[in-house]
Amino acid sequence: MRALVLIKVAWQSILKNTMRTLLTMLGIIIGVGAVIVMVAVGQGAQARIKEQIQNLGTNMIVLTAGASNQGGVNQGAASFNRLTVENVDTLRRESTLLAAISPVIFAPGQVIGGIGNWRTHVNGVSTDYPIIRDWAVSSGSFFDASDLRTLRKVAVIGQTLATNLFPDSDPIGQEIQIRSVPFKIIGVLAAKGQTAGGEDQDDVVLAPYTTVKNRLAGRQFIPQILVSTSRPEDLPAAQAEIKAIMREAHRLASWEADDFTVRNQTDLAETAESTTEVMTMLLAAIASISLLVGGIGIMNIMLVSVTERTREIGIRLSIGAHGSDVMTQFLVESTVMSLMGGAIGILAGFAGARILGHFTGWSTVVSVPTVLGALAFSASVGIFFGFYPARKAASLNPIDALRYE
Amino acid sequence: MSSQPVIHTQHLVKVYAMGANQVRALRGIDLSVAPGEFVAVMGASGSGKSTLMNILGCLDVPTEGSYDLDGERVNGLGRNALADIRNRKIGFVFQGFNLLSRTSAVENVELPLLYDRSGKRLETRRLALAALDRVGLSDRGHHMPNELSGGQQQRVAIARALVTQPALLLADEPTGNLDTRTSVEVLSLFQQLNDQGITIVLVTHERDISAYTKRIVELRDGHVIRDVPVAERRLASDDLQALDAVGEVV
Ligand SMILES: Nc1ncnc2c1ncn2[C@@H]1O[C@H](COP(=O)(O)OP(=O)(O)O)[C@@H](O)[C@H]1O
Ligand SMILES: [Mg+2]
Repeated sequence: MRALVLIKVAWQSILKNTMRTLLTMLGIIIGVGAVIVMVAVGQGAQARIKEQIQNLGTNMIVLTAGASNQGGVNQGAASFNRLTVENVDTLRRESTLLAAISPVIFAPGQVIGGIGNWRTHVNGVSTDYPIIRDWAVSSGSFFDASDLRTLRKVAVIGQTLATNLFPDSDPIGQEIQIRSVPFKIIGVLAAKGQTAGGEDQDDVVLAPYTTVKNRLAGRQFIPQILVSTSRPEDLPAAQAEIKAIMREAHRLASWEADDFTVRNQTDLAETAESTTEVMTMLLAAIASISLLVGGIGIMNIMLVSVTERTREIGIRLSIGAHGSDVMTQFLVESTVMSLMGGAIGILAGFAGARILGHFTGWSTVVSVPTVLGALAFSASVGIFFGFYPARKAASLNPIDALRYE
Repeated sequence: MSSQPVIHTQHLVKVYAMGANQVRALRGIDLSVAPGEFVAVMGASGSGKSTLMNILGCLDVPTEGSYDLDGERVNGLGRNALADIRNRKIGFVFQGFNLLSRTSAVENVELPLLYDRSGKRLETRRLALAALDRVGLSDRGHHMPNELSGGQQQRVAIARALVTQPALLLADEPTGNLDTRTSVEVLSLFQQLNDQGITIVLVTHERDISAYTKRIVELRDGHVIRDVPVAERRLASDDLQALDAVGEVV
């Protein structure tokens, strides 16, 4: 009952000073709005990255040459071994858990064919690649083991190439030249979309790694080996197995660190997620500064308001208000103002995130915890920054307050 | 009616410390006011009238001496206890009205009820309207103070002082900001309320005003120098009629 009365008193006071209330709330509105938009952008990015990593393929393990320097420490090995075709064969032979394995040899190159030319990535892979990446052809077919064995010059192209080089014709059966080497198109890949980094995955040409290695790359080592297991539960065991096989293949002594890195999708997701999380937090922190400024604005207005309303406080005290009643009134006023500001800020943030997403194409996510957090935070801002002015008001002496001009 | 005094003070002293200087505003006031009395406190400016009223109204505390209000020892009580006494037992009317601006008349009158901790007075709006009715402003409840004349504002303030049905009504120069006619109107209201049994102490420095009360207490330099009953008490309602008659002739 008493609390209700005091809230009513505070509410009346807020309504009586519409302009002051709006100006005070403005700081919080902008602050909360900014936090919501920033967190929405960050979480949107996080959600997309997560989705894209899932999209990389099923149960995939990535093996790369060189020691992992995660955490900033490069545990340099005594000797540096590259990944080789022999490593791929050894893994295929000795591993019990691997369902598919493919080296990936990267060869950037200009492709000429169809209606013009196109700068793209040429990846030399094995026949297992579509299984690992969970990536089928939409027309034609993928190359087979005999293509691989005989170093046949065949290629499977991504959607981007298909639409850009062959807008009006069927690319299957046509010829393209990759760095002057003619390849015959035997298949077109299904659309895959962008990577987390915004790279177009469909802007690619896949060819037998044997052919790429001999005709295009000129390098004898392999930068990356992709592997997949048939069941996700097998991933940790498969990772350990690959490690053991690779250590043996590279003849590492027990005291030597790995000179290769084995990561699975979860690791990749975690790395990406922690990066975007840091980004989200950074954005939120920057936006929080405006919330802090909004809070100081509330304190400023409340302090001015206590001085300006000294007489009002005197009147209330003289007719029987306790100091705590006055204090509660001012605290409720500042809290209600910042909560209303927070609520409007959330709506503004919602709209802002939508508009930003519309114009930039970024995905934005406004989550329930963000909204609740923003509300809780703005309430605390009101209480925290309203406390000092409220206490100042409550400690006034009725006679002095009444006499104040 | 009990014979116990509403106000009973013994040797009230108030000293204001102004840096090195000390101002002795009250120098030993002994005062008793019985229920139903209507007292005018008079004296020159600076004689200590307001200081006395503030102590009687529990807005301030004496430096020395004792004060019993309605049989209860008041000096020595804490801030909140004094606030509760102001709320329940005292109605205070100020020279400058002291109404909350941008707050309607009825909300102003309602205010003391909102701070009533007994929790007994639930129908605050109805009680506030009843108090406004008593001061003849039942049709002005929704008006803001700046939409009312000085006399009307003072009557709203009186309604606010009455709404908790206090034992004592204190008024520090309630007519100080009002013209003659409005002053007589306010005094007429005070006389009506006093006839209904409310004890009233008011401060004035005008002889004309004190003539409407029943007893005059005169202060000089913090002492009571005179305490006499009013010999020929005037009736404010008669004077209002006379004023109206003059108005008609003019
Ligand atoms: N808060 C105060 N601080 C210091 N001196 C005061 C204060 N209030 C009143 N006085 C002094 O006390 C004396 C009595 O003042 P007051 O009670 O206001 O007189 P009155 O109301 O009769 O004009 C005056 O000399 C005045 O200057
Ligand atoms: Mg005075």
